[in-house]
Amino acid sequence: MSAPTTHLTTTGPTTTLRDQAFRALDAVVDPELDEPITDLEFVQSVEVDGDRVEVHLRLPTSFCAPNFAYLMASDSKDVLTALPWTGDVVVELDGHHDSDLINAGLAADAGYRGTFAHEADDNLDDLRLTFQRKAHTAAMERVLTRLLRADPDRAEVDLRGVTLGDLPDDDTTAALLRRRAAIGLGDAAELPVLVDHTGHAYPADEVPLRLRMARSTRISIEGNAHFCRGLLRTRYPDSTTPTPQENRT
Amino acid sequence: MYSKNDESYFILDAHVALWDARPENQRNIHGKQFIDCFYDYHRNLSPESEVWPYEDYLYQGGERLMKDLFTDGYVDHAIFQPAHLGEFYNNGFGQTEEAFALAQAHPDKLTYNHNWDPRNGEQGLKQLREDAKRFDLKGAKLYTAEWHGDSRGWKLDDPWSYRYLEAAQELGIKNIHIHKGPTIRPLDRDAFDVADVDHVATDFTELNFVIEHCGLPRLEDFCWIATQEPNVHAGLAVAMPFIHTRPKYFGQIVGELLYWIGEDRIQFSSDYAIWTPRWLVEAFVDFEIPAELSEYAPLTTAQKKKILGLNAAAMYDIPVPAELQLRDERAEEVAVAS
Repeated sequence: MSAPTTHLTTTGPTTTLRDQAFRALDAVVDPELDEPITDLEFVQSVEVDGDRVEVHLRLPTSFCAPNFAYLMASDSKDVLTALPWTGDVVVELDGHHDSDLINAGLAADAGYRGTFAHEADDNLDDLRLTFQRKAHTAAMERVLTRLLRADPDRAEVDLRGVTLGDLPDDDTTAALLRRRAAIGLGDAAELPVLVDHTGHAYPADEVPLRLRMARSTRISIEGNAHFCRGLLRTRYPDSTTPTPQENRT
Repeated sequence: MYSKNDESYFILDAHVALWDARPENQRNIHGKQFIDCFYDYHRNLSPESEVWPYEDYLYQGGERLMKDLFTDGYVDHAIFQPAHLGEFYNNGFGQTEEAFALAQAHPDKLTYNHNWDPRNGEQGLKQLREDAKRFDLKGAKLYTAEWHGDSRGWKLDDPWSYRYLEAAQELGIKNIHIHKGPTIRPLDRDAFDVADVDHVATDFTELNFVIEHCGLPRLEDFCWIATQEPNVHAGLAVAMPFIHTRPKYFGQIVGELLYWIGEDRIQFSSDYAIWTPRWLVEAFVDFEIPAELSEYAPLTTAQKKKILGLNAAAMYDIPVPAELQLRDERAEEVAVAS
C-alpha cells in the first residue's frame, strides 16, 4: 500500500483517473477537525481499474468515534460515485474497532441506520451541523483575533461593529466565508462578523465573553487536529507531511 | 515532594492505574486495539528518553508502580482510577485485587477508587454497597464509553445512573472521576458530548465531578459547563504530556482552564502508566505560558502548587505537611512590596 502522493497534477492532459479520484476526496472533511481527509492523510490508498475505484481510509486510533468514521467513509463513497467515470466504488475503513460493521454497511449501501441498527436513532444531520457551527465559530475567532493583534488600540467591544467588508482579502477571510456558507450565512460586505449561528450579532456587553468562548472552540479544534495528526504519524510512520497549521494561532 | 529553586511542591497524582493488558488477559481483538491505542498515546507524546518497550507497557506490577511514582516520580500520594473494560479483558483492565492490596500496604501513599456500571442494575447497586464498605471508597472512576453486552456506552443522566449516584452520595463516595471516552450511544449525537455532566452536577451538589482530560476533545463545552457548576473540576490526565510536544497548546489549555474555572479546580495527573510522573512534574514546575500568548496571565508558583497537589489533597482530605502548604499569600505580597 502506498499513500497517494500529495503532489498530484490536477489539471491538463496528464491528470490520471487516480489523481481525479484522490482530488475528489479533498471535498470530504473530518467534521471534528474541520480539515479535508486528504490533508489529514486519512486516505491510505486509491486504486483505479477501469470504472472501478477502491479507496482505503485509516484513522489515528482504533477507537475514533464510529459516527465520525462512518460520516467520512460514507461521504467519500458519495464524492467518488458522483464522478462521471466511476461505476463500481468501494470504500473501506481499515483498522477501526467498527471496520467490519462500517465496511459491510458501505458495501450494501445500507445507510447510517442500516449500518448501525439499534445504535442509530435517526440520522447524522444534527451531528454534522453541530460541527459546522463550531467550525464557523473558530474561523470567526481567527479573523477577529488577527484584527486585535494588528491594532492593539482596538478594544474587544469594538469588534461588534466589524463587518465582512472590513476584513482583509486573504485566506483566513475566505475560510470564514466558506464556513458561513456551510451554515447558511451570507457574504454581503455589510454583514457583521461576530455573530451566533443564526447570523445575529451579540449585544455589546456580551462581546468579550463571546470572543473568549469562540477562542476556546478554536483552541479545542486546532488542538484535536494536532493530536490526531501526531497519533496518525505514530500509528502509520509513513505519513510525514508537515502540518500546515503548525504555527498558526 | 519535588523541590526546585527554594520552592517545594506536594505532588498528588490524581489518576493512576495498575493494568494488565498482556495477551493472556485480552479477551478479543479489542483488548489489543485498546492497549495499542494507549501505547500510541505514550509513544506520540513522551520524550524519547521516556518511551518504554511495548512489553513493559502491557503490564507493570506493583513494584514497578511504586518505583515509578514514589521513588523516581516525586509523588507523595496517588489515586487509583481503574477502568473495568470487562468486554475487552478477561480479568478486567484495572487490576482490582492487586491495586487494593498495594493501597492497603501503603495507605499513606495510595488511595483506591473503584468503579461501577449502571447497566448492572440492582445487582450492581448491591455490589456498589459492598465495594464501598470493603474499599472504604471516597471516590470512583466512571468510564461512559465502556462496552456492555449490546450496549456500547451510557450517559451520566440515564435513570439508572441517577440511582447509582444517589447511592454514592449516601455512602459518602464524594469524588466522581469521569472519563468521557467516545461513547457510542446514541450514535446520532457527538460521542464526546459533556451535557450529561451538566445535569448530574446540578442535581448532585454534594458530589465533586472531576472530568478527566478536562473535557478534551471538547475543551470549550467543558469550560462552559464548569463555569456554571462549582462542583465540576478539571483533571489534567492526557492534557499534561502536551507540555513536552506542544508547549504552546498546553499553555492554551491551562490558560483557558484558569480563565474559565480558576486555579482551585484543576488537578494534576500523570495517567500512569500511559505516562510517568517524573518528567511531567519537572516540566510543569519549569513551565511558563509562552510570551506570544499575551491573552493569558503568567502562571504563578502558588497556582502550580495548587494544581500539582494541594487541590486534590483538599478534595480527598489527604494531609499535607505544613512546609508544603501555601504560605500566607498576603505575607507574600507584603514581602514583594517591601
